[in-house]
Amino acid sequence: MSDLTKLGLADARDALTKGETTSVELTEAFLTAIEAADGLNAYVHKTPEIAMDRAKAADAARRTAEAGPLCGLPLGIKDLFCTQGVASQAGSRILEGFKPEYESTVTSKLWDAGAVMLGKLNMDEFAMGSSNETSTYGPAVNPWRQTGDDKSLTPGGSSGGSSAAVAADLCLAATATDTGGSIRQPAAFTGTVGLKPTYGRCSRWGIVAFASSLDQAGPITKSVRDAAIMLGAMAGHDAKDSTSAELAVPDFEAMLTGDIKGQIIGIPKEYHVDGMPPEIDTLWTRGKEMLADAGAKIVDISLPHTKYALPTYYVIAPAEASSNLARYDGVRYGRRAALAQGDGITDLYEKTRAEGFGDEVKRRVMVGTYVLSAGFYDAYYNRARKVRTLIKKDFEDAFAQGVDAILTPATPSSAFPIGAMEDADPVQMYLNDVFTVTVNLAGLPGISVPVGLDAKGLPLGLQLIGRPWEEGALLNTAYAMEKAAGFVDKPARWW
Amino acid sequence: MSIDESTAAKVASLARIRVEAEELPALAADFNRILGFIEQLGEVDIDGVEPMVSVTPMKLRLREDVVTDGGQPEKVLSNAPDAREGFFAVPKVVE
Repeated sequence: MSDLTKLGLADARDALTKGETTSVELTEAFLTAIEAADGLNAYVHKTPEIAMDRAKAADAARRTAEAGPLCGLPLGIKDLFCTQGVASQAGSRILEGFKPEYESTVTSKLWDAGAVMLGKLNMDEFAMGSSNETSTYGPAVNPWRQTGDDKSLTPGGSSGGSSAAVAADLCLAATATDTGGSIRQPAAFTGTVGLKPTYGRCSRWGIVAFASSLDQAGPITKSVRDAAIMLGAMAGHDAKDSTSAELAVPDFEAMLTGDIKGQIIGIPKEYHVDGMPPEIDTLWTRGKEMLADAGAKIVDISLPHTKYALPTYYVIAPAEASSNLARYDGVRYGRRAALAQGDGITDLYEKTRAEGFGDEVKRRVMVGTYVLSAGFYDAYYNRARKVRTLIKKDFEDAFAQGVDAILTPATPSSAFPIGAMEDADPVQMYLNDVFTVTVNLAGLPGISVPVGLDAKGLPLGLQLIGRPWEEGALLNTAYAMEKAAGFVDKPARWW
Repeated sequence: MSIDESTAAKVASLARIRVEAEELPALAADFNRILGFIEQLGEVDIDGVEPMVSVTPMKLRLREDVVTDGGQPEKVLSNAPDAREGFFAVPKVVE
């Protein structure tokens, strides 16, 4: 077959089933492409030996008809997932040298399904960032460039390595995680599909924790069908994660009929934000038209607490992060700072954390420490938890009125140049998540679907938000929109 | 609410992150920008609203109080920057 790396996950699976190619051929094609793509800085730990071993095992399994649903399919794994014996650094210097003795539940499920690991993918440090620029490995680079301009653009964040790798055909699909938009924003910036499942759908066990009440794993893929296949393999109850839901995992792929007649799609008026480029508004209107043409009913809705979502997030996420990241103390794993004569245990902690954490992580840990400290706990943390209740209720009210899914822009802009936000204050970067963060606060599933290009030639995405646990229906609506949009553009290869 | 340098230093110390004196003004300024952004939450009427405990209504499951794992000290210590004789090693903590 000609260029195997151009295949999507479903196409590659079907080609393997028909015997048109082998996992070894597929895997070799990706390993060659990865070697030629160091300029994208997407892979930060390559695992070619593991990949070839698993590919050979997959080809053997296929001959004996023991093939799992992902048998022989090469994937990239975000560095946030612990992978046994393979560096898992969460993009941080403080986890330098850390090789877990265990495997995350999600990646275990993928390997049990027969998938092949190509390597670990770049990300913002501890998933804190929207441009992959806080990574200890340096930023991943977007394979897309503006028309007639060779400036390097961000692939988004925090799952920037995942989005860059999928967009540049360096894997069939990738795992990612989303705490405030870290799957959907990178997908929108790279013309890929990004799905954040309902909180509790995928086990968090073995995924380095950022903000435990918001973190959720999901896929970045080349199509909605591929997202359905990946979610089916990643999801499921896990006794090792007490917040993992005891629900059966439906066959999401079988639910992709493209029939959305009679579905009610809500358009929240609060998502018209000041300063949004007119192109985003136009795209949003096109999305409404596409869904209406497919037989859905479009209704205006109100989610009145939307404007408070980002400030709520920037209390809750740092608070949980300050607690989760307390474990990085230079004692049990990762990096330890060199100590001076006479330094005690507190010096060990303080020096290790000062040199191991980057600026954004330090900032968030300290903001979290502050909002949780005596005297401010009620004013900040408890108040934010109450506003979070109201944000979730906004969605519940919309769904109670019969809304099946909500359509919004995915991001307030297309991909911006690396370094563009260097001198901006931290809050400016936070605004990237303005359309995505509400979904994490409410625990809902959300998906970003590429719908078109802007005048600069860069991809733009729309977000669909679904009812809790109804990823199947959400994927089907996304599938209808994907078909109507007919987005097939790929970045021109320069790397 | 404005954060001064001494508050910034206290927070850094509580977070166990060494911050040098010359970095404190910039850190305090960052805190003030972020907390200024968060202040908007003061506008919201939260009377009678319960703080969210769990985003999806679920009861935390209990399991039998039994040992389910263990007996692998080598694996536990394998990533430690300094491990000796089956223990994590740290600077002296007791005088």
